[in-house]
Amino acid sequence: MRHRTLWFWIFVGPFAAGLALFTYVPLAWSLYLSFFDAHNTVSPTHFIGFDNYASMLRDGAFTDSLWTFTVFSLFIVPATYALSLALALMVNRLRAAQAFFRSVFFLPAACSYVVAALVWKLSIFNGVRFGLANTVLGWFGSDQTAWLSTTHPPWYWLVIVTLRLWLQAGFYMVLFLAGLQRISPQLYEAAAVDGARPGWQVFRHITFPQLRATSVAVVLLLVINAFQAFDEFYNLLSDARGYPPYARPPLVYLYYTALGQGQNLGLGSAGAVILALIIAVVTIVQARWFGLGRRED
Amino acid sequence: MTISRRRLLSTSGGLALTGALATACGSNTGRSGDSSGTGKDSGGKPTLQQWYHQYGEAGTEQAVRRYAAAYGRASVKVQWRPGSYDQQTAAALLTSSGPDVFEVNGPTLDQIQGGQVTDLTDLFEGVKDDFNPAVLAPKTYDGKIWGIPQTIDMQLLYYRKSLLKDANVEPPQTLDELVDAAKKLTDKKVKGLFLGNDGGAGVLGGTPLYAAGLSLFTEDGKVGFDDPAAARTLGKFHRLYADKSLLLGAPADWSDPSAFVQGLTAMQWSGLWALPAVQKALGDDFGVLPFPKDGPAGKPAVPVGAYSSAVSARSGHRAEAKAFAKWLWIERTAYQEDFALSYGFHIPARISLAKKAAKLREGAAADAVRYATENGWAQPLLWTPAGQTAYQDALSRIIKDGANPDTELKAVVRKTNAELQRVQKKP
Repeated sequence: MRHRTLWFWIFVGPFAAGLALFTYVPLAWSLYLSFFDAHNTVSPTHFIGFDNYASMLRDGAFTDSLWTFTVFSLFIVPATYALSLALALMVNRLRAAQAFFRSVFFLPAACSYVVAALVWKLSIFNGVRFGLANTVLGWFGSDQTAWLSTTHPPWYWLVIVTLRLWLQAGFYMVLFLAGLQRISPQLYEAAAVDGARPGWQVFRHITFPQLRATSVAVVLLLVINAFQAFDEFYNLLSDARGYPPYARPPLVYLYYTALGQGQNLGLGSAGAVILALIIAVVTIVQARWFGLGRRED
Repeated sequence: MTISRRRLLSTSGGLALTGALATACGSNTGRSGDSSGTGKDSGGKPTLQQWYHQYGEAGTEQAVRRYAAAYGRASVKVQWRPGSYDQQTAAALLTSSGPDVFEVNGPTLDQIQGGQVTDLTDLFEGVKDDFNPAVLAPKTYDGKIWGIPQTIDMQLLYYRKSLLKDANVEPPQTLDELVDAAKKLTDKKVKGLFLGNDGGAGVLGGTPLYAAGLSLFTEDGKVGFDDPAAARTLGKFHRLYADKSLLLGAPADWSDPSAFVQGLTAMQWSGLWALPAVQKALGDDFGVLPFPKDGPAGKPAVPVGAYSSAVSARSGHRAEAKAFAKWLWIERTAYQEDFALSYGFHIPARISLAKKAAKLREGAAADAVRYATENGWAQPLLWTPAGQTAYQDALSRIIKDGANPDTELKAVVRKTNAELQRVQKKP
C-alpha cells in the first residue's frame, strides 16, 4: 500500500505541484489583487474593496466586449456545430479513403491560431487589390474591400468566423465521428424494418437523438472556447498602436487593461474574476438545460 | 522490464542533476552573465543588462552591441527584444530580474510615480539646454528627469508629386484641402490617403487637435480639447472614410512606407524613419508636409517623440547603470549621431548634433527638421494609457461609424478628468 502511495506521488506530484504553482496560486493572487489599487505592482498596499468591480461593470468598453463575445458566440457556435456534424456525417458514410478525408479535415486543428490569423489577414483578406478575396471579387467588377476595417457592413466578422471555422471544425468532426460510431447498427436496421426512409427521417429520429451526449459536450466546449477567444482577434485586428473598439472580446480588453501600458493589474484582475464567474454561470445553466450527465435515453 | 528502487533513485537523481545543470547553463533570468551570483563578471567588473526594442533598420543591433562592448567600466549585455516590448518592460520592471538600463517609450507617469525608474537629473548637469525641450518635457516630472532622450522621431505626410500633378491637386495646406485632395486622388487602383489600417485612429492621436489650435492639456494641466473646435475638426475625418478615399487593410501598416512606394496610395502618414526607403524608391518624386491646419486658430502640426534610456529602480547596479547611460547617451556624441543617422533616419536629441548633421540639411529631410522645430508637439506625460484608449476608441467610432464627435469627445473628457484626478492624488 505504501509503495502504491509512493508511486502515486512520484507520478502525480510534479503535475499537482505545477498546477498549484502556475494555476491556483496566480488565480488566488489575482482574486487578492482585484480588491486593491494595483497600478504597476503585484504587491499592492491600498485596499479599495469592490471599487475595481464597480469600475469594470460601469466601463462601457468592458460591457461592449461582452456584447462582442455574445455576437461571436451566436455566429460561431451554431456554424461550427452544423459544419462539424455535416463533415462527420459525410466522412462516416464514405466507403473508401475515410482515413484520408478524416485527416484532411482534421489537419487545420494542428495549425497555430497565430499563423492562420496572419495568413487570413495578409494573404486572403487584406484590403488591397492583390489580396486573394479582392482579386476574385475583382474578376466580377467589384471594388476592393477592406475586410478588417469596414464596420458597415461588419465584414470583419466574416474573416474572424471563417478563420475559426477552418481551424476547429475538424476537431469537433472527430468528436461527432466517435459519437456516430457508437450508435448501434441494430437501431438503423430496426428503423429500416419499420419503414423509416433513409436520409432526413433516419437522421432526425435515430442519429440526432443518439448524438445527444456528444452534442452537449460539443456545445459546451464551443461556448467556453468562444469566451476564451483571444489569438485570432488579437492577431487579426491589433496593431502597434492598440486595438479598434469593435470586435474586442473580453480577454483582449483585459489583456490591454492589465498588461498593456496601463498596467492596471487590480482592475484587470477584477475583470478576470467577473469573466470567470460569467463563464461558470453560463456553463452550469447550459449543462442543466441540456441535462449533462443525465442517463442516455 | 522491472525497475528496482536503487535504479529508480539513481535515474531520478541523474534527471535532477541534469535539470539543475540545464537550469544553471541555460537559464536566462535576464540579469547576470556571471555564475557567481554577485553581478560581476570574471574580471570583477559589474555586469549590466541593457534592453532595446527590435528596430527594423539593418545594422542597428550590431551598432548597439558595438557601443556596449566599447564601455570599459562594466560588462554590458545587450538584449535585443522582438515582440511587444512595452509590455515586456512593464512586466519586467515588477521584478528584480529585469534590465538594469533599458530603452523605453516613456517612461510613463505610472512608472515614475510607482518608483520603477531612477531619477537621472544629475546626469544632465551642464548639458540640459542642449537637449530638445519638446522631447525632454515628457521625460520630466516633479522637476526631475527620468529618461535620457536618445533620438527624436517624428511623423509627417508624404505625398507623391507626380500623382498630385496628374490629378491637378496642390499639396494640401488645410484639413479641408486634404479631404478634397484624397477624394480627387482616389481611383480604382490608387487610394488618396493612408493613415493606417484603422483609418488613423491609432496613429493620429492628438495631432488633429494641435492642428486645430488646441492641445491635449492646457499649460495649467487641464483637458485641452473640451472645445467645439475639437469636435468640428475630428468630424471631418468621417468624410475621408465615407468618400472611400482612405486606404485600409494594407499588408504593411502606416509606419512602413510600402503602401506609398508600391503606388497603393498617393499620400501616406508615416515617420521620418521611412524617408531613406521612400527616397530610394521614388527619387525626387515625393514631398513631405506637416499635418495641415484646420479652422481660424489652426496651425500645422507634427508629433515628435523620443525613446529614452532609463535605469530600473530595482537594478542591483543603479549607480553603474546610470554611469553607463550617461557615457552612452550624453558623453559619446559620435555614437548618438551614428545611432540616429547611419541605419535609420532620426533626429539626434542633442540640438548641437542635429544642427551639424549633414544628412538633415537638404531636401525633404531639411523640411522635416524645420516642421519638427516649428510645428512639433510631444505627447504630454499626463496623457495616460486609459485616456489614450478612450480617445482612440472615440476617434475610431467617429471615423468609421460617423459617431457624433461632440458626444464622443465629452465621454473622453470625462475619462481624462478622472485620470487626472487619479494621478494627481498620488505623491
